[in-house]
Amino acid sequence: MALLEVKQLSIQFGGVKAVQNVSFSIEAGIVYAVIGPNGAGKTTLFNLITGVYTPTSGSILLDGESIAGKLPNELARRGVARTFQNLQICMNMSALENVMVGAHLRLDRNPLKAALRFPSITRRDAELREESAELMRFVGLEKYIKARADSMPYGALKRLEIARALALKPRIIFLDEPAAGLNPKETIEVDALVRKVADSGVTVVLVEHDMKMVMNLSDRILVLDYGKKLTEGTGDEVRKNPDVIAAYLGAHA
Amino acid sequence: MKKNAYFGLYIVIAILLLLPFVLPNSFYMDLAIRMAINAVIVLGLNLLIGFAGQISMGHAGFLGIGAYASAVLPTHFGWHPLLAMGAGALATGMLAALVARPIFKLKGHYLAMATLGLGIIINIVLRNEAALTGGPDGMAVPSLGLLGFELSSDKHWYWVVALLLSVSVWASLNLIDSPFGRALRALHGSEVASQVAGVNVVRYKVSIFVISAVFASLMGSVTAHYVGFVTPNFADFFHSIELVTMVVIGGMASVYGSLVGAVLLTALPQALATFEGWETVAFGTILMVCMIFMPRGLVPTLAAKFGKGA
Repeated sequence: MALLEVKQLSIQFGGVKAVQNVSFSIEAGIVYAVIGPNGAGKTTLFNLITGVYTPTSGSILLDGESIAGKLPNELARRGVARTFQNLQICMNMSALENVMVGAHLRLDRNPLKAALRFPSITRRDAELREESAELMRFVGLEKYIKARADSMPYGALKRLEIARALALKPRIIFLDEPAAGLNPKETIEVDALVRKVADSGVTVVLVEHDMKMVMNLSDRILVLDYGKKLTEGTGDEVRKNPDVIAAYLGAHA
Repeated sequence: MKKNAYFGLYIVIAILLLLPFVLPNSFYMDLAIRMAINAVIVLGLNLLIGFAGQISMGHAGFLGIGAYASAVLPTHFGWHPLLAMGAGALATGMLAALVARPIFKLKGHYLAMATLGLGIIINIVLRNEAALTGGPDGMAVPSLGLLGFELSSDKHWYWVVALLLSVSVWASLNLIDSPFGRALRALHGSEVASQVAGVNVVRYKVSIFVISAVFASLMGSVTAHYVGFVTPNFADFFHSIELVTMVVIGGMASVYGSLVGAVLLTALPQALATFEGWETVAFGTILMVCMIFMPRGLVPTLAAKFGKGA
């Protein structure tokens, strides 16, 4: 059984059908990419699967269990993590604390125990600080471990989001344009990072415009256009598909 | 949160220990007690406003519930004052939890309006239930005994309030630097990011609203016993605004800012009394100048200037 199964998924905003009858499934352990021209509905699809939007119709099954319409925090409980295309970093916190927030569900969140500084809470926090610093090293942010989030450059913040998502210990991670706005060197580094994440056993779903990166990394690719599924397959299959070429280069190319 | 955040706590305790020996007379002692009481309320409110990024324009209403619980229950029903204080806090917590769910579906201006309305309703009830509350004239509050020991002199009150303040500062620092506190700050920083990380944002907003309301209720009871008399002005709109102003002037999301804000705004009207009739204008002008030149509040602005964490 596939880890994630999406069937006939649709959402409509007023008269706009942003995603229409999209179906696909993702096996555990692979890197799966979603591509398509601007406005094709890639981020909307992510928002639907990760609970930010509620679908108008269709179903989303995680491990055979329906998750359509569940809130993001309920999905986090089931091991679904994500990053955002437009950064969502908590600028009022330090870099390390941002990563620590990712581990929220694995902690004792009792406010009374916290206010009274129970040793169990401070001990776990001290461990978490170590774990989170380790995650920051994993994503290549070792020199920002003591930094404030609002003092970090854009490229580093992109990775900080990945570290926070990993702190959840997810089964499946959705990366929304991890290389957007990065220079070529940084893109290569993120490419390697995504590979490392996938190798650690996390299923990766990727929206990305950098085709080299997509072709490099992905086991399978879903192509969207105008909210509809154009095709799905391996990199080679997708590259040769005349519809895909038409969508990217215009119908007469 | 830096390790040295607790250093400030030692300074606060040191000041609190020394203060009674340098204050020249009971007028200053009284002022110090009221500053400390306000500081505890503002600490609680800053958790809600500064750290969690929500707003309450009706906090004086919760203060009023606590104050009147301590006045009405012992006077009319013969309850022990401590029991009355607890009952007030419980009632406040339940009311806050009940209204918070629908209120926290709202954001920004709507949230401000809803909490404002709540505060006003509480104030109206206190004003109109004259049979129990004495109406606009207010009512006397019986004195508070602790373990067979009657709290009467300013000195006794001072030490009780100083202890409450020290514990509140310590507890606030602990809370902010805990999984619960980080979740609050995260939902302020990015609501969607915190949600994706697993934070149940509505539940957290409700929790911190209830916690800060209970803080206010307990301190309302303390104030009522200390002053020995309550009036509906305790719970009025202007008092709510004053509390929010203390948070903002002192510094949002700053524990020590809460203390500075409470101390300054409690002292300022006294200091400006020499302006006779113009003190409100002077008060307003000072607030405006503060906000224009230090929009983040006194403590965070000064801390940034001198390169230290607040």
